[in-house]
Amino acid sequence: MTFLWAFIIGGFICMIGQLLILKTNWTPARILVSFVVIGALLQVCTLFEPLQKFAGAGVTTPITGFGAGLVKGTFENIDKYGFLGIFSGGLTAMSAGIAVAIVSGLVIGMIFKSRSK
Amino acid sequence: MDKQEYAEYIKRITPKSKIWNSIIRAFVVGGLICLLGEGLGALYKMWLPNYDQAQIGSLVSCTLILLASILTGIGVYDKIGYFSGGGSIVPITGFSNSITSAAMEFRKEGIIFGTCANMFKIAGPVIVVGVAVAMLCGLGYFIVGLFL
Repeated sequence: MTFLWAFIIGGFICMIGQLLILKTNWTPARILVSFVVIGALLQVCTLFEPLQKFAGAGVTTPITGFGAGLVKGTFENIDKYGFLGIFSGGLTAMSAGIAVAIVSGLVIGMIFKSRSK
Repeated sequence: MDKQEYAEYIKRITPKSKIWNSIIRAFVVGGLICLLGEGLGALYKMWLPNYDQAQIGSLVSCTLILLASILTGIGVYDKIGYFSGGGSIVPITGFSNSITSAAMEFRKEGIIFGTCANMFKIAGPVIVVGVAVAMLCGLGYFIVGLFL
């Protein structure tokens, strides 16, 4: 059942992104930033976890999951390490994804040339 | 013709059905990417039973990021993006695509000053804003925690 909701909720979030592109002419960077902030705020209001239980990857795969993960990691590290957690938590939680993105971007960027559009 | 006039002009000449069409395509492609994430999560949970939910999620993100990066390299992701618009930008794969395509685009300016310096041109703001927001929320959480 989670599979169905992952498809529907995930698709719905992307649909909102597409609507923003069509109606506001926002750049991709701006849309990504907005969704990250929305995800972070959902996590702060403790609304993200119920959503995640319900739709699984439907809410964690869109970039909203990145924002929520940053906040979740920060809060967890604050619980564990106190003051230091404010600074260390976010990136700790997201470290694997960012590292893979950097390294794969570097390697692929070195192998393949950009096609002219 | 200034920017606003142009936007209105585009609005006038874009047929309504085309908008619906592109929204539905974004829905389907975005949904499928999330479905793939959910499927990978289920697979990893089977293979690695001693991983917790957060680690499985992290692994799924890494897989999707790597996959999107490779698809960007061979030029497939751009085609998906052309077809689905927001459906390929909003998922974490779009984040990866923005890094890899910037890395490829600036390759001609050299590896250090081209690729490395420009990789985060689009994805950079996401990390900067994300970390700043998370830190602010964390600060609030810490201060509230002091009084409870």
